[in-house]
Amino acid sequence: MTGSALTGGKDGRPAPGIRRRAAALLHRRPRLRLSLLLSAPLAWLVVVYLGALAAIFLTAFWTTDVFTGEVVRQFTLANFQTLLDEPVYRTVALRSLGVAAAVTLIDTAIGFPMALYMAKVARPRHRPYLVIAILAPLWAAYLVKAYAWRVMLSQGGLLDQVLGPFGLSSPGYGLTATVIVLAYLWLPYMILPLYAGLERLPDSLLDASGDLGARPLRTLRSVVLPLVFPSLVAGSIFTFSLSLGDYITVKIVGGRSQLLGNVVYDNIGAANNLPFAAAVATIPVVVMLGYLAAARRTGALREL
Amino acid sequence: MWSTRMAAAAAATLAIGLAAAACGGDSGDKASGAGQGGFPVPKVAMQKSLGQGEGQVNLVAWAGYAEDGSNDPKVDWVTPFEKQTGCKVNTKVAGTSDEMVTLMKTGEYDAVSASGDASLRLIASGTVAPVNTGLVPNYADIFAGLKMKPWNSVNNVAYGIPHGRGANLLMWRTDKVKTVPDSWGAVFDANSPYKGKITAYDSPIYIADAALYLKTAKPELGIKDPYALDQKQFDAAVELLKTQHGLVGEYWSDYTKEVQAFKSGDSVLGTTWQVIANLAKGEKAPVEVALPKEGSTGWSDTWMVGAKAKHPNCAYKWMDWIVSPKANAQVAEWFGEAPANAKACRETADKTHCDTFHATDENYFSKVHFWTTPIAQCLDGRKDVKCVDYSKWTQAWTTIKG
Repeated sequence: MTGSALTGGKDGRPAPGIRRRAAALLHRRPRLRLSLLLSAPLAWLVVVYLGALAAIFLTAFWTTDVFTGEVVRQFTLANFQTLLDEPVYRTVALRSLGVAAAVTLIDTAIGFPMALYMAKVARPRHRPYLVIAILAPLWAAYLVKAYAWRVMLSQGGLLDQVLGPFGLSSPGYGLTATVIVLAYLWLPYMILPLYAGLERLPDSLLDASGDLGARPLRTLRSVVLPLVFPSLVAGSIFTFSLSLGDYITVKIVGGRSQLLGNVVYDNIGAANNLPFAAAVATIPVVVMLGYLAAARRTGALREL
Repeated sequence: MWSTRMAAAAAATLAIGLAAAACGGDSGDKASGAGQGGFPVPKVAMQKSLGQGEGQVNLVAWAGYAEDGSNDPKVDWVTPFEKQTGCKVNTKVAGTSDEMVTLMKTGEYDAVSASGDASLRLIASGTVAPVNTGLVPNYADIFAGLKMKPWNSVNNVAYGIPHGRGANLLMWRTDKVKTVPDSWGAVFDANSPYKGKITAYDSPIYIADAALYLKTAKPELGIKDPYALDQKQFDAAVELLKTQHGLVGEYWSDYTKEVQAFKSGDSVLGTTWQVIANLAKGEKAPVEVALPKEGSTGWSDTWMVGAKAKHPNCAYKWMDWIVSPKANAQVAEWFGEAPANAKACRETADKTHCDTFHATDENYFSKVHFWTTPIAQCLDGRKDVKCVDYSKWTQAWTTIKG
């Protein structure tokens, strides 16, 4: 505590100490006040977040001394050249996009009816419990859930037993299993934005649509969907980007397949080739930037 | 307005990134002599004598190598060490060899339990110091087959104290695989009846397994050491693994995954470790293991002391302790490996442990090619060709998995 403001003058009033003067200055200059208030979060954003991103991006132009593992700080496009020349990286990138798109579609198909029920059909006092039910899986550890799915998908596992009577069997480990597990893991991230969007949709609009003679499907297509589309896009950003960057689920139930995340992991974890891993990591970043740019036009970013 | 702010932010970010780059840019001057592989070895001083303990020691270790009773109260060889030496043990568990290398480079750790695919990198980067084996009394009892090996010594200078070893074996389900396999050919056979049920180790170092098989299957390639492959030999190994990819059901890298896969029958044939076979048998999976006729790859771990160790005396005391008969036996049993100390075999709770893990069987381990980091200078001594280094192995591993 600075003492100057507390040591009063002879008449008992505090002398105009540094604190008072500072307060007066801040009062006169609202812009200074604002920038001081914002400096800490801004510094965090710039230094920690954007700074780290920039450092990663810069690293992609360097190489590694393969033996000692020291990063050689010399500008080169070799990493990107390898990415373009080797067909395997194109295959892996396209496969990752396919998985991310499939997960997003499945989550939309499952999540939309659930969110609609929660927001419009269920009794209002039941809604908080439904939200808790949706959130509950998020409280369990990711790894536990993924390994549980591994056991369910295995030969003679739960899935085989359930599907057996219908003449079907578990898909086994592979891309199908990866899509199933990722869709399960990210489903809450799709439902919650949809629920938020649907809840804000006034019931009167639905009534009006009905009064004008629209059947439920028509109402859904012409009234509900256009209004919750931004929420849908917001949810898809989660499911898409989370799927695009995942590598653990693929490792656990993906069989012999690999996605972009695995390529990044293998290059850092095994070869200590941070620069090449950074170059690979720019692929999902570029894809997501394009996705976000498209999403911004729908107004979806305000729904996040 | 928005765009100018973005530009300013971008510029600031870039400036920070560049500054960071400039700050960390020194790679140090390396005084060097030629290593046995021809790679330069930085001159790092060897400790001359042992002084008083510093009160603590910071370790980087594999999970299970420095148990202090927190995982299982019955498994604790850290507390007796602390009581005896007054050195408090702080352990950082590393998940991969590379994480070990990265952690050691911070200079905050005194000792590390490096495997052969990390140890040469640690030596070449000057991260670890030569070890004065005279200060480690228990070194005398360590199996000769583990001392002064290409992954723990350079130019006849020891860089660590051997800790234990194990082989990568061939495992199969006895009820599903009808003919007992005796060759690695079983996992590489393009017409295998077990297509889709074969498993392989998920690491670039697995390329060495293919090279080892080609060593006998295609002698015209002239492979001598599976970790020293010239481009032609390397391409042949990669080609073999690409064919194998069609047979593989999944690649494994953590042992819980493999135990479960063999138990359920998702995998019926593939590489494994002895400890995995024991666990699978413990869960009533009908599996058997063998060391195929071609021999196998394997691992051998070494305790190394950091070049910038702040607690070198405690580090030396730890290295001596962890290979002492009793402690070495405890680790070997808990982890499931062959102990390094010959006297440890008398100390194991399970008297058959050393037989199960072939600890005294030098003939067995002579068939095991321990993991070593592949480098451009051929480790088999060839001077006329360049060998394929480990980063190329990693990139090839990505193309193999497709």
